Amino acid sequence: MNENPAGGPASSALYLTQSEAVARRFLALKQRPVVLEVKGLGKRFGANTALADVSFNVHRREFLCVVGASGCGKSTLARILAGLEQPTSGTMLLDGVSACDEPGAERGMVFQGYTLFPWLTVKRNVMFGPRMKGLSQESAAEEADQWIQLVGLTPFADAYPHELSGGMKQRVAIARALANRPRVLLMDEPFGALDAQTKAQMQRHLLHIWKNADVTIVFITHDLDEAIHLADRILVLRPRPGPGNPSIAEHIEVPVPRPRSHEQFVTPEFMAVKKRLEEWIHAPTTEMREDGYEENLPRLRLTQVGDEVE
Amino acid sequence: MTSHVPEVPQGPVKTTRAPWLQVRKDPPPRRSRLLVALAFVLPLGLWSAVSYLPFLWHPLVLVTHAGDESVAGPYDYLATDMLVERAVFEARNDELSAAGSAGEGLARGVPKNPIYLPAPHEVARAFYTAFKTPPARSGDLWLHESLLHSCRVIFWGFFLSMLIGLPLGVLCGTFGVFARLTEPFVDFVRYMPAPVFGALAVAIWGLDDAPKIAVIFIGTFFQMVLVVAGTTRQVEGSLIEAGQTLGCTRWQLLRHIVIPAALPGLYRDMRILLGWAWTYLVVAELIGAKSGISAFLYQAQRYKQFDNVYAAMLMIGIIGLFVDQILALIGRHAFPWQQRNRGKKTGAGKMMGLMASVIGRVGSAPAKPRPEERAGVASGGVA
Repeated sequence: MNENPAGGPASSALYLTQSEAVARRFLALKQRPVVLEVKGLGKRFGANTALADVSFNVHRREFLCVVGASGCGKSTLARILAGLEQPTSGTMLLDGVSACDEPGAERGMVFQGYTLFPWLTVKRNVMFGPRMKGLSQESAAEEADQWIQLVGLTPFADAYPHELSGGMKQRVAIARALANRPRVLLMDEPFGALDAQTKAQMQRHLLHIWKNADVTIVFITHDLDEAIHLADRILVLRPRPGPGNPSIAEHIEVPVPRPRSHEQFVTPEFMAVKKRLEEWIHAPTTEMREDGYEENLPRLRLTQVGDEVE
Repeated sequence: MTSHVPEVPQGPVKTTRAPWLQVRKDPPPRRSRLLVALAFVLPLGLWSAVSYLPFLWHPLVLVTHAGDESVAGPYDYLATDMLVERAVFEARNDELSAAGSAGEGLARGVPKNPIYLPAPHEVARAFYTAFKTPPARSGDLWLHESLLHSCRVIFWGFFLSMLIGLPLGVLCGTFGVFARLTEPFVDFVRYMPAPVFGALAVAIWGLDDAPKIAVIFIGTFFQMVLVVAGTTRQVEGSLIEAGQTLGCTRWQLLRHIVIPAALPGLYRDMRILLGWAWTYLVVAELIGAKSGISAFLYQAQRYKQFDNVYAAMLMIGIIGLFVDQILALIGRHAFPWQQRNRGKKTGAGKMMGLMASVIGRVGSAPAKPRPEERAGVASGGVA
């Protein structure tokens, strides 16, 4: 598992060293029951392999992040886990039961795009899942109120989605997914469309929710800082997988202690993990060099002489 | 380096007027209202100008005095109250003056427009008298009764069409099975003009209202299925996927996501299709026993009462606009979450809204804060 990416320089093993407290946490985490078990999952679109031989376990109340360069099949993985797409091979067990064929309430999903139902108020959006399950109007409303309170949107319970900002919409989407009490909450780049400040705020919100609700999270992102900041463990996906070249490049246990804060971005553990991730994500691959654009940027000059900026 | 403050021009700030041509931007409200008013005033003004300014067009002459009738010639058929082409009138006068007539001996007349272009006041008078004139034969309908009859035919035709077309269209837009099963045939029948079913409808249902309702049904139903299916298909896939991950069953998806998501679009479709129903009405009412507004139109046409023809056309236009106006108003209240899309409304819808503000002065919209403005302020406070 711990080979060096693309034969690059051996990165310092600092990202592997865990403080005693962190090591204890991981030991405890691994003793919790496995909620989601993925075995040999593969997905092909025609001749293209999007995912190959993906296997991992997610324990109860774990926060798992999946990172990878664009086009490495992160979203496909999320959609397969949600049941929105069928894998070409492999299985997926939820609490030991196969759950490949259909989407269901036990796997909540938060999408990158805003998918709140525009004809329902915030509260009715959150009530949607419980109502579909057959809960009465009153108990669904009660349930919804709690989740809306947890995401801090009580004053907006009766607002329509179009009246909310992007960050607020995603908080409602999280509350809506959680109100169904899913076994796993899948999040596919949920903060990808938000500005940096809102994103940081949302990360704080999410950690707060995760701490206070019985929820296991699989979080897909391309933002390495976000992954390290949020995750217990990080799955690194490799672009262009294939037979004998499985999608998962490495399974990193993040040694950054909890509780997490944005100040930790400059700690040695954080930077060590980030360095390791960057080696994987930005590892030069032969395919990427094919068009040669990166290697020899054209020496074409379209500015006046003496107008240098650098 | 010294910091350099760019010079700010001093003096009173000039309020710049918005340019008239702005790509994809609505004109300011006052200007919008003005333009909407002009949309009606300009054609009316043009019509008035052509009608009342004798030097504009007026290709005919109404002879008020025939002149010396004893003078013979190729144009001696000219008589008082005759409507002739100007060239004929002038030729007759040439004839007369060549024969030595002058003064009272010459023909006189006033310039006139062709009979098919009555002046606005004539149409207005026809509009008024049409309602005031009792039916020629006892037992016939008054005009307002005929209009009501027309509305009833439209209502039943369109209602039946919606009753079957809406559910079928939604099913086609949701499930591929229904689409494959019905759409090819519907598409095929759609190309047959509804009036060709007229003879068939009379043979089946007789001369009364039933065949007329059937023609309106046929005219709108097949289009409706396809239009509704298309609108239903435009429901965003992400909403359906969200519903799936929230545990919806197939029928729950249809009932709780597809239908509410498509509803504003379907409502808009119905408004457009209702307009088509009026088109088919005029054909339908001439089938079997002529009835309703079309019978009135037909009669006026036959006796060349073009002021009545225009009046009837106006009535249809006014009823259509009025109904659509009411439907638009209802739509705005029925779909409050669509408020945001108001800016993206179709040109026609926008015009209707503005019409309301011009006619009824209900459009004091800027005074009432829109919900999104409220939310904007509030969310600013939270963030």
